[in-house]
Amino acid sequence: MQFWIIQGLNSLSLGGLLFLLSSGFSLIFGLMRLANLTHGAFFMLGTYFGATALRSFDGLNIWVTAIGAGIAVAAIGGLFERLVLTRLKTNPLGQVLVTLGMSFIISDACLMLWGGDSIPVPTPQNLQSPTRVLGFVFPTYRLVLVGCAIGAAIVLYFLLERTRLGAMIRAGVDDRQMARAVGIPVSNLFTVVFCLGAGIAGAGGVLGGPILSAYPGLDGDMLPLALIVVILGGIGSLLGAFIGSFIIGFIYTFGTALFPELAYIILFLPMIFVIAFRPQGLFGRVGA
Amino acid sequence: MRWMAATLPAVLFLSLPFFAGDFYINLASQILIAAIFALSLNLLVGYGGMTSLGHASYLGVAAYISALLTSRYGFGHGPAAVISIAGTTAMAAFFGVIALRATGLGFLMITLALSQVLWGLAYRMSNVTNGDNGIAGLTRPMPFGISLDSAAAFYWFALLVATFAFLMMTTFVSSSFGSSLKGVRDQPRRMAALGFNPWMIRWITFIYAGFWGGVSGLLYVYYNKYIHPTSLSTTSSAEALLGVIAGGSGTLGGPVVGAALVLLLKNYASAYIERWNMLLGLVFLFIVLVMPTGIVPGLSRLATGLRRGPR
Repeated sequence: MQFWIIQGLNSLSLGGLLFLLSSGFSLIFGLMRLANLTHGAFFMLGTYFGATALRSFDGLNIWVTAIGAGIAVAAIGGLFERLVLTRLKTNPLGQVLVTLGMSFIISDACLMLWGGDSIPVPTPQNLQSPTRVLGFVFPTYRLVLVGCAIGAAIVLYFLLERTRLGAMIRAGVDDRQMARAVGIPVSNLFTVVFCLGAGIAGAGGVLGGPILSAYPGLDGDMLPLALIVVILGGIGSLLGAFIGSFIIGFIYTFGTALFPELAYIILFLPMIFVIAFRPQGLFGRVGA
Repeated sequence: MRWMAATLPAVLFLSLPFFAGDFYINLASQILIAAIFALSLNLLVGYGGMTSLGHASYLGVAAYISALLTSRYGFGHGPAAVISIAGTTAMAAFFGVIALRATGLGFLMITLALSQVLWGLAYRMSNVTNGDNGIAGLTRPMPFGISLDSAAAFYWFALLVATFAFLMMTTFVSSSFGSSLKGVRDQPRRMAALGFNPWMIRWITFIYAGFWGGVSGLLYVYYNKYIHPTSLSTTSSAEALLGVIAGGSGTLGGPVVGAALVLLLKNYASAYIERWNMLLGLVFLFIVLVMPTGIVPGLSRLATGLRRGPR
């Protein structure tokens, strides 16, 4: 029983991390029609920033670190969008290739700066002691992480559905040309959304640090999971990213625990299933 | 002019082993293998308008099947080659059914996800694939009793296969089926209205490209006598895609030139610097931003621009 509950919590926390990663990916794709293959690298960059900050300053708060790293990664993403992606507006294939090139550059730069060894990220001290609920023992940090992802989902939901910025983003997702015609600065919106997506990924990277630790290849491990989440949940849908993240979190965690060698195959079954019967994803509105 | 363009490389390729040293002959063999791989990817990217980021799957899987069958299960090279090519082609047929549910960016994402799954599998299933250690100690085949262990002998073998592959793929794209493929790339709805089945045309092309990807994988494993999960990685797919786009996608010679350039760059750069991936990324940015149609068309446009003077 303890096994199932612990693995269940692990699945939830992985799902939470995946949501932080894939929500930004999905938003960017929905608005900009851009498959941002740098997204895994943004996540990894966040983890490395967090690892460095938390290990060099004792007693630094992880939440402050996450916000700081999120802003730093958002700034890098914003520069990349302004300097490179805007030049390729009419060339969607070129944009994807450039994001791929950028992901190689970032991951190699990380390898150069931080070396090939994995760097563990300390769990915050006040969250180290386990929580007891109904006689079961839970690692507190993972519980907090799940809460954090749910909080981020709620904030994003309100941002998209209840604010002026959100209304403009939704208008851009539905009909970019019409949005431009009624005076929405779609080009600036692209930058805002790209920064937002990169920032959430960077902050997610910091929060994932204590569980995953920072290592070269983290981007290559996370990006396919995000792709599968987005293909599963539907591109451009926040709800799809949310549900998809937790589905993949469960499948991946239980797959790894029960059939470690086949985890990757199991991961890809729901994807095939969804693509076969509902190519636009579970909650997708935009066709890819 | 045209026959000169065709004879010059032919003479160069045929005479190479008579004046070059082993190092250059081996480099040329690697270029030939990369060229077959890039040409097969070009069928999808250039002629079919299907940008795949998972083409390394076919190279890697064919190489792994052959390596496993010959080293672990005691198969001869002949049956192992047939099984690995057949297996790779069957996998391409299956992956095609999944990936071709989508077009454009969706297709790209699905091919990338599928290839990452295979890459992860090669890493994690270490009792089968030997994981990060790779499979070493492989042998080259001996077709008709001729040993391919010398650099020159392998070069002739690779040249033979590459020439055959080039002719086969040229025939494929210049056939009437090739024309319908280009039609589906440019105007899928019109082609459907004319009674063609765009999905079937794309699928057949996907399988054919997977087949030649498998052939290049076999040559790859014969050449290296070693296989490692990195040959299945995104970097490996991206190198081939860079070759296709750098040379000029949708042309017959472009991918060969592009693949050769990427390979030479990789060989020479890694002698001086460690950071091949970073260089690869920078070259990607450069090619896409500066010459998005490829080096050959890009250079000729640059030349005409210079002749006309500044605008």
